[in-house]
Amino acid sequence: MDYVKLINCMRCGMCLPTCPTYKETFLETASPRGRVALVRKIQEGELDQSERLLEYLSLCLDCQACATACPCGVNAGELVAEFTCERKAGNRMGFMEEMVLRKLLPHPDRLETAMIPMRLYQRMGLQKLVRTLGVLKMFPKPIGRMEGLLPDLPEKPLRRVIKEDMPARGETRGTVGFFLGCVMSLIFSDASHASINLLTALGYRVITPKNQVCCGAPNMLAGDKAGLKTAARKNVDIFSNLDVDFIVTDCGGCGAELKKYGHYLEDASSISFSNKVRDISQVLAMHADALKLLLKPLLLKVTFHDACHIAHSQGIRREPRDLIKLVPGLTYRELENADACCGSGGTYNIEKPEMADLILHRKLGTIRATGADVVVTGNPGCMLQLKKGLMDYLPQVEILHLTELLARSMDA
Amino acid sequence: MNPLFIKELQAIVGEPYTLSDRESLAVYGYDATPELENRPGAVLLPGTADEIVRIMQLCHGAGVSVTPRGSGTNLSGGSISDSSGVVVQTSRLNRIIEVDEENLTATVEPGVITSALHRAVEARGLFYPPDPGSMNISTMGGNVAENSGGLRGLKYGVTANYVMGLETVLADGSLLRSGGKVVKDVAGYCLNPLLVSSEGTLGFFTGIIVKLIPKPQVKTTMLVHFSKMRQAALTVSAIIAAKIIPATLEFLDKVTIKCIEDYAHVGLPLDVDAVLLIEVDGHPVVVAEEAAGVETICRKHGCSFFQTAKDADEALKLAAARRIALSALARLKPTTILEDATVPRSCIATMLEVIQDAAKKHNVTIGTFGHAGDGNLHPTCLTDERDKDEISRAHKAFDEIFDAAISMGGTITGEHGVGLAKKKYLPRLVGESGIRVMRGIKHAFDPKGILNPGKIF
Repeated sequence: MDYVKLINCMRCGMCLPTCPTYKETFLETASPRGRVALVRKIQEGELDQSERLLEYLSLCLDCQACATACPCGVNAGELVAEFTCERKAGNRMGFMEEMVLRKLLPHPDRLETAMIPMRLYQRMGLQKLVRTLGVLKMFPKPIGRMEGLLPDLPEKPLRRVIKEDMPARGETRGTVGFFLGCVMSLIFSDASHASINLLTALGYRVITPKNQVCCGAPNMLAGDKAGLKTAARKNVDIFSNLDVDFIVTDCGGCGAELKKYGHYLEDASSISFSNKVRDISQVLAMHADALKLLLKPLLLKVTFHDACHIAHSQGIRREPRDLIKLVPGLTYRELENADACCGSGGTYNIEKPEMADLILHRKLGTIRATGADVVVTGNPGCMLQLKKGLMDYLPQVEILHLTELLARSMDA
Repeated sequence: MNPLFIKELQAIVGEPYTLSDRESLAVYGYDATPELENRPGAVLLPGTADEIVRIMQLCHGAGVSVTPRGSGTNLSGGSISDSSGVVVQTSRLNRIIEVDEENLTATVEPGVITSALHRAVEARGLFYPPDPGSMNISTMGGNVAENSGGLRGLKYGVTANYVMGLETVLADGSLLRSGGKVVKDVAGYCLNPLLVSSEGTLGFFTGIIVKLIPKPQVKTTMLVHFSKMRQAALTVSAIIAAKIIPATLEFLDKVTIKCIEDYAHVGLPLDVDAVLLIEVDGHPVVVAEEAAGVETICRKHGCSFFQTAKDADEALKLAAARRIALSALARLKPTTILEDATVPRSCIATMLEVIQDAAKKHNVTIGTFGHAGDGNLHPTCLTDERDKDEISRAHKAFDEIFDAAISMGGTITGEHGVGLAKKKYLPRLVGESGIRVMRGIKHAFDPKGILNPGKIF
């Protein structure tokens, strides 16, 4: 780890009010400034890698809100992730980790097959039965959490049904490659369907290569840099063979990761790949005038939650708001602290359920205050977390991906 | 720290709010002051004023020192404890107890974040002006203890001008109430001004009553460039002499301008020697008149560029350069030493020359920005803590800067406090009699010397 990155922190404290875990605890060890200091003190030999210290560091969601706030360009979340990754890299992977990271994620077919039992479980009404009987209480807590987060699964993952090459409708404006996020394709396929429809309606030919693989973000989280690089290489090679203007994704997490490929692989093709990556909102916003003509009224009160991986990691805030406001008849209500994390944090809500719930409840409180009927966001992790939270506490409020809202307005 | 004593502390604030593990103590050893660090013996996060009373009683009995801490944004080492002491963090005491619209006061607990108070009172058309750079995380207790300033100091004054009443826990745990909601109060010694800027050495604030004023109706923002530093300094004096008191009158020097442009490309020309950001606020008619006055004066003094913001969005854009000044400087080198030498505003031009000369003489990079209107400058030295030689040269440069400030009738610190960092300069400023009187006051409040020991003198 680059020591200079650690000593760049001038300890001004500007990150503290933006950190979800500091807001809940007021503890310096749960603040970005404190985390940078802890990692620094390990490097300097002042502290050991004690269990307690690692536990403190593990409370970080890596939401990157601190990076946005930092005057000196320190990214505490990334430094903690990098430290954890380097530490884990020395360890052998656990059975489950190896299973998921090496055997499932790099192979979309297997991943999709692995989901079939879940889908059956829901279709056969077992989910309802299990939930009613409280059988989940007999399982380890994380399993119960995972089950609870899972919304109704689509009949088939999008990757299986989408046509690899979708022509533009009307005059062709350009060609884009579409990157399917695993969670988007497996769980929120309606939203990605909407994304592709919007793109073709705006005159883009959309190519969705079926051999693309997971972006590699889960590998990074698990300290599996080799797995990450393999995934990156494969995706770069697949998309580099296509002649596309942009590589578009509607998953905030994937987008943030894809934009870093150039940095990981450091060769011309991956740098060019990363430079072409766009969040769906960026591409749609370029054609706001054309899009506006396609939209019909929706009499809804809508608020917007900034996904960390879009607002903090990619710096995209204006585009999604501008797009929502294009919908005629819609009332837009800005969410207080819209760019504060919802507590999802990848698998954080499964690993640290108590903290994740505190953070979620703060978010739900601000959503309630807007009086909105619909919360819009741009990342599947947030959608899972908010869907569950809303179902339990604000059942009248619906969660939609940005493109689902726009498609609904287009089809209204 | 003795485990039995920690058990007694736990009995007061509860186990989750008593920290004594190695890792926690390690990160409560610093605040925002560069180069200063010392691990405390324990850290407490009390949840009520009564718990603070009991902490003080216990520590007083045992002769253990107590160092109050808000969010740890102090810039003079004021929240760094001695090794055997207890740090008491006020963050959980964060309720705004009352906004009294009839008496125009707000009553808050010490852990209330400054900008949270701003939002709460502005929602009711009221205004609490002090706005230190750290206002998004600084606490009201810390602001009072340090007498924090901010960008609006010129027109609206500093924290001391707004503190009306305090509830203070003294070293032995007894309660002291001073002032209140009354505007006039001459009953005995006026204790509030003593407690404000006492840097945690006289007592522990548990309740703070501040004065509010009506929120200014409108604001006009102007950005002005000068090709000569002297023109900018003369313009500042001329604006004040014309009886216009802007709410903000901020200044950026050449080094800062270059850093900002390199970092953010906001469109500042590099042949510019100084930039002023000026805001006038108040009644629309007065604001229009004052803005026109400012423009005339700036043009008369040969500004190379003058722009008035047409709307709130443009105002934000114009203020961007000033807002990111510290970031732009801080990114250049790992260590940033931010000082706050302050001079009578008529001496600003001379002071800026002193700073430039000192930087050149000792071969260090110092960018200066700050509150030109009230003479409070922030010469900011960009250095690297690993380069001991450069650090020592930086301190030599600051030695000269502080001496010059004192000789001009200014001060060694306008808003950061003395704490540990400026102890050695204080006698030069206040003399032996000043130190003697301060020690006497400290003794009257805290004869055992357990409250934030080692600070100020």
